[in-house]
Amino acid sequence: MSDTRHDVRLSVNGVGHDVSVPARRLLSDALRHDLGLTGTHVGCEHGVCGACTVLLDGRPVRACLMLAVSAVGCEITTVEGLARDDGSLGPVQQAFAECHGLQCGFCTPGFLTTITAGLADNPTPTHEECRDMIAGNLCRCTGYQNIVRAVERAAELIAEEGEAS
Amino acid sequence: MKPAPFDYHRPGSLAEALAILAGEPGAKVLAGGQSLVPLLSMRLAAPAALVDINGLPDLDAVTVTDDGVRVGALARHADVLASTAAAERQPLLGMALAHVAHATIRNRGTTVGSLVHADAASELPVVLRLLGGSVDVASVGGTRTIAADDLYLGPLESSVAPDEIATSAWFPALEPGAGVAFDEVARRHGDYALCGVAAVVRVEGDRVVSARAGFVSVADLPTVVDVTDALTTVDAAALADLGDVVLPHLDPADDVHATADYRAQLVRVLTARVVGTAYDRARERGTAR
Ligand SMILES: Cc1cc2nc3c(=O)[nH]c(=O)nc-3n(C[C@H](O)[C@H](O)[C@H](O)COP(=O)(O)OP(=O)(O)OC[C@H]3O[C@@H](n4cnc5c(N)ncnc54)[C@H](O)[C@@H]3O)c2cc1C
Ligand code: FES
Ligand code: FES
Repeated sequence: MSDTRHDVRLSVNGVGHDVSVPARRLLSDALRHDLGLTGTHVGCEHGVCGACTVLLDGRPVRACLMLAVSAVGCEITTVEGLARDDGSLGPVQQAFAECHGLQCGFCTPGFLTTITAGLADNPTPTHEECRDMIAGNLCRCTGYQNIVRAVERAAELIAEEGEAS
Repeated sequence: MKPAPFDYHRPGSLAEALAILAGEPGAKVLAGGQSLVPLLSMRLAAPAALVDINGLPDLDAVTVTDDGVRVGALARHADVLASTAAAERQPLLGMALAHVAHATIRNRGTTVGSLVHADAASELPVVLRLLGGSVDVASVGGTRTIAADDLYLGPLESSVAPDEIATSAWFPALEPGAGVAFDEVARRHGDYALCGVAAVVRVEGDRVVSARAGFVSVADLPTVVDVTDALTTVDAAALADLGDVVLPHLDPADDVHATADYRAQLVRVLTARVVGTAYDRARERGTAR
């Protein structure tokens, strides 16, 4: 048994990062500690709460249930990658701000990544589908109503942008 | 919560992976990690080495033939659930997968990993047994096929040997004259079931030729019970009585989520509902032809 370090290249939000990590380093910890991307939050560390959710090749996954060494060759998107190029809020972030979809904000990064992928998959979700989209994420503050509203609002914003361009 | 240190291998071919496993008796296979990584983090497991199979080629296919559905070891639950061809050939697979965790977990967790993990609270092991499926495994010594009935030895214990890699699972097609159904009750959508029931019922006309039900979370092992003899006539009373037929084969337990009595009550209600639905579907298919 050893804590040998492995040199791996993690591609996060379009930027390659060379890191040297022990095999047991969770992806969530590599993002936060090795790369300083502290937007990805860590709650339960066993897959239940969803705070650590990142996109792996566009699909939401739990960063706390992946080893960083196992993420080589994958494109990772964290909450830091959801803002627009000019630094302003992306559509899902903006919808959260407008609809008061957050209070303490601890759960928010996981919701934002999950919903970003969910709306890419299904740009016109029904109310029921909006609820289903976030069923795997826990929030202790909001009571979810405003988060569901934010999903619906984000879908509107994305559609409006599509029409405008 | 951090895993204890381990050696890490990421082989690029199956042969290489099998050679590493043969040479390191304390090594474990890492597939989707959705069961193994929590166990590592909670230090309920501390293997000396992990053999990460995510870099192996050609293991991610979901192949549908007339006879059934073959699921490769790296096909994620989400890939299997997304296959409309698979859902057509064996609807029970998709019905059960929809209850496996949340979409985010299904994006990474593998169907074969779930079968090998052998958790009696998981939906898929019981589905594999109910359908008479199998798992193909490989080791440096060669390959073998393990029938579902020989796969489960004890809680979290399958007959896949430590030096073997499961390469695929086989779910046979829905038989002519058969109907299937699945339902479960969980504390929250996506949680492990308090009790889940799957059923396959085969009919000729209105007569039941064969009826079997499988049970999730109410026994130590994925358990299937044959209830054909209890359905010589199918009516609400016969369906309601099925609970008493199957409960002697089960062992619902108390835990923080539910009492044993409540689980037993779920067995009664869900068995009647699910077997009844499978029966109706079997008859519908019969008359549709
Ligand atoms: C929050 C949460 C909720 C969940 N809810 C459910 C649920 O409701 N129902 C359910 O069924 N599951 C549930 N799961 C578990 C999930 O389905 C896992 O994906 C599955 O149990 C294991 O698959 P995996 O690919 O992640 O395997 P891993 O975690 O990588 O491995 C699990 C075990 O199987 C072995 N293994 C895996 N693949 C192979 C192989 N090809 N050959 C040999 N050995 C292998 C590993 O060595 C390990 O011992 C949940 C998980 C989480 C985190
Ligand atoms: S920290 Fe990963 S799911 Fe809770
Ligand atoms: S805003 Fe506080 S946990 Fe969701």
